[in-house]
Amino acid sequence: MSKKDVRLKVKELKTNTGVIKDLELSLGRIVDETWKEPLGPTPFPSVTALREWDMKLLKRYKPFYMPFCDMCCLCTYGKCDLTGDKRGACGINMSAQQSRIVLLACCIGTATHLGHARHMVDHLIEKFGRRHPIDVGGLNVEIEAPVIRLVCGVKPKTLGDLEDILGYLESQLTQLLSATHTGQEGSNLDFESKVLQAGMIDQVSMEVADIAQVSAYGFPKADPEAPLVGLGFGAVDIEKPVILVIGHNVVPSISIIDYLRDNDLADKMEVCGLCCTAHDITRYEKRAKIVGPISWQLRFIRSGVPDLVVVDEQCVRCDVLDEAQKIKAPVIATSEKNCSGLPDRTHDSVDDIIADLVSGKTPGALILDPDKVGEIAARVASQVAPARKRFKTLPEIKELIEKAKECKKCNECIRACPNMMPITEAVTAAGKGDLTKLAELYELCVGCGRCEHACSVGIRIHSFIVKAAEKQMKEEKFLVRSGRGAIQDVEIRNVGSPIVLGEIPGVVAIVGCANFPKGGKEVADITTEFARRRYIVITSGCSAMSAAMYKNDEGKTPYEAFQGAFEAGSIVNVGSCVANSHIAGAAIKIASIFAKRNLRANYEEIADYVYNRVGAVGVAWGAMSQKAAAIASGFWRLGVPVIVGPHGSKYRRMLLGRKEKEEDWCVYDARTGDKVYVGPVPEHLFYAAETKEEAMVMIAKLCMRPNDTTKGRAIKLTHYIDLHKRLYSTMPDDVHLFVRNHNDIPITMKDEIAKILEEKGWKETRIPDPTLLPRLIRKRKEE
Amino acid sequence: MSLAESWQRAEVGGPKKALLITKSAVVVTMIKKAKRPIFIVGHEAVSETLSDNKALIDYVIQLAKNGKIPVVATAHIVGGFLKRDFEPASSMPAIDIANRLTDNEWKGFDGKGQYDLALLLGLPYYMEWILLNSLKHYAPSLKTISLGKAYQPNASWSFSNLTVENWTKNLGEIIGKLGGE
Repeated sequence: MSKKDVRLKVKELKTNTGVIKDLELSLGRIVDETWKEPLGPTPFPSVTALREWDMKLLKRYKPFYMPFCDMCCLCTYGKCDLTGDKRGACGINMSAQQSRIVLLACCIGTATHLGHARHMVDHLIEKFGRRHPIDVGGLNVEIEAPVIRLVCGVKPKTLGDLEDILGYLESQLTQLLSATHTGQEGSNLDFESKVLQAGMIDQVSMEVADIAQVSAYGFPKADPEAPLVGLGFGAVDIEKPVILVIGHNVVPSISIIDYLRDNDLADKMEVCGLCCTAHDITRYEKRAKIVGPISWQLRFIRSGVPDLVVVDEQCVRCDVLDEAQKIKAPVIATSEKNCSGLPDRTHDSVDDIIADLVSGKTPGALILDPDKVGEIAARVASQVAPARKRFKTLPEIKELIEKAKECKKCNECIRACPNMMPITEAVTAAGKGDLTKLAELYELCVGCGRCEHACSVGIRIHSFIVKAAEKQMKEEKFLVRSGRGAIQDVEIRNVGSPIVLGEIPGVVAIVGCANFPKGGKEVADITTEFARRRYIVITSGCSAMSAAMYKNDEGKTPYEAFQGAFEAGSIVNVGSCVANSHIAGAAIKIASIFAKRNLRANYEEIADYVYNRVGAVGVAWGAMSQKAAAIASGFWRLGVPVIVGPHGSKYRRMLLGRKEKEEDWCVYDARTGDKVYVGPVPEHLFYAAETKEEAMVMIAKLCMRPNDTTKGRAIKLTHYIDLHKRLYSTMPDDVHLFVRNHNDIPITMKDEIAKILEEKGWKETRIPDPTLLPRLIRKRKEE
Repeated sequence: MSLAESWQRAEVGGPKKALLITKSAVVVTMIKKAKRPIFIVGHEAVSETLSDNKALIDYVIQLAKNGKIPVVATAHIVGGFLKRDFEPASSMPAIDIANRLTDNEWKGFDGKGQYDLALLLGLPYYMEWILLNSLKHYAPSLKTISLGKAYQPNASWSFSNLTVENWTKNLGEIIGKLGGE
């Protein structure tokens, strides 16, 4: 590690107890002198260390604020009305307030990953020791922690090394959060720079969490052929006692699986999961099942399948305990961050806790010792299952029809629904015995349950929808490739050149939550469309699950139809939310392994490289959380644009380029120092699309980079134009902005585009060695 | 029910809320008074049907023609206009056009200057809500009219929450009056 305060070197020390030779002590941080790569300019960067880089991005992609609330309600001066150019009592204006809230959201998201990482590392050190080696891919992965190396300038070799990194991250997060206090930062752009810092800290946090768990638990290690595992309601064997785990932190679930293995119960009980814990249980045990994304919580619990619900942290519904009680399933809470109001039974005897949970004396228990959770969960589920007999809260059809007749057609359900689904019409039809319209809502429903709380006559609308589609739901049985973790060095070597030159048209990362505007099918459509077009498609989190839930004409899910290697035309599931760090890691490794740029504490240069050369785009079609905001901001700072769905507009700030402003799109030619116009590539850094079609065209467009070769640009333009023609029925009106010389023009479109270029008064421009950093200019132009 | 209530219950407006369009004549007068109007049309224009079974986009086209208002087709729906032999002034993402409307220096699609009136229709409710709020705060010279069937609190003017029948009637009246009926 690179930072040190005091170093003491003793060649030979003789004492009463013996002789010590070559003793080296470093107070502060451990120094790794075996790493020969020179230390870059920004090890463990402070809050302002990369501010200059941020301002370069923010100058090109100016924040576009869309206030989600006109007031500031954060202090007792307020509420303050910030409408228009008004300022609050503390002097803050609307732009600063919006960016402040964005920073708050990103701090929450970062804190969540960082808290997760801290818990994971502390737990694993306790279990496996500080010296347990970091190993994310054996000999196939030399750069084990690209984000950590890039940001911190250190090379972690053991779990213990990760502790030091966590200290830095926690300190940064505290500084960032403190900036949101009343009377601190007042500039929106400085808030935005801090947002980018939070995002970068988040990326490191995610990497710490994932490489720790991959190393210690033996998850697939950069394995392109990670096993295909069962996904969907129908994949769960309901003949066995079922333990449902929900959340993101896999530690207690690992303990459950270990207990089952150790007691020869692994084939006699079912462990299944929702949200990212589900990914991670399958990375540990391929017999485990993924039920589905975050939005499946209500429907799966109400179906009565789980005999026991174990919650850890993040994205767990706050009413899980209530819902589980209704199906007579006990709940075990396992995280200090989510105690669910349950009594702390951590130090009680296992037998007492089991007796209380099985008898129903207590609806649940908080157990903060994961080892205890394993035994208790297994024994409780096996004892509860025979008594519960899959007791469910879904109505019978007759009951449903009778209750539906009570609908007053007030439309309050629609007004509560995030996607304003035609619920009244469906319930009215149900009242007449026709359940088809309710069943049609099943795939579109995000499972929030707000409709039920809005209904004045107590119609349990979500349950009605699930009941109407029960047959379909029970048949949901798919395969998803278990999260593979990092990308291998050899894979990077193979695709580095075609990505940077543009011949692989892009890397599309489809990530995040399930707050989709029109169901998960859109995610599956986007995923398969770009894999078919031979982009490299990476998936993670809930989107990785949604993408798997649709089969092709041959009955194959996308993960069966496409390879899992990091190569053109693949679909690569890296894993849970924290595995998103491997996506950033792949981009960083392209700069390091393929282009041989120093990455050690060299953030600005590597981000400049990725921004100008690596045609990667993130797509978070159903992003809803603060974590998603933090993940996105980590990608922005690294120069990777992110597209969100229409609900993503509620993140209240976009980072938008203006393609018509020529002066915004100049870079330095590193060969000569000339400023060269390169066109609006990539046009936006953060952008909400209204429809799937719009997003697909924008994905293709945002994959263009200044460094594309003419062959690469022609390939990228072919996809952009082809998608535009197919989905918009027209030629894009900005194609001239992306043609630098005639060789960029796709050969099959020569005449059509030549005509456009002539009409637009197009002029040829040259392809530079692009950079935004003057210090990277190799030869300054003579004055 | 108050007439000025957000359709999506939780999407409440701020201290400054849209005035209700109680008569179609209000919209007609504003369009006629505007020097530089623009009509932003979202993707629901091609999927929504009015009470006379006509597609919403047909009403949009007629309104744009009668009011001589340039249309921006957002999302992917430009083809829907062209199929009806109507050429929008631009096909542009909703986020992009809203961003440009907050820029005083922007010269519009024809290079003649910033717009002074924006009509919006066919965007997802919550997306229109937030875009209108951006315009409310950052485009003080711009008046906005929401022509959807649900109350949009962040517009300058909006219909109340209407039935499809009343919405159809109102749009029909606006089109008729702009056409000199």
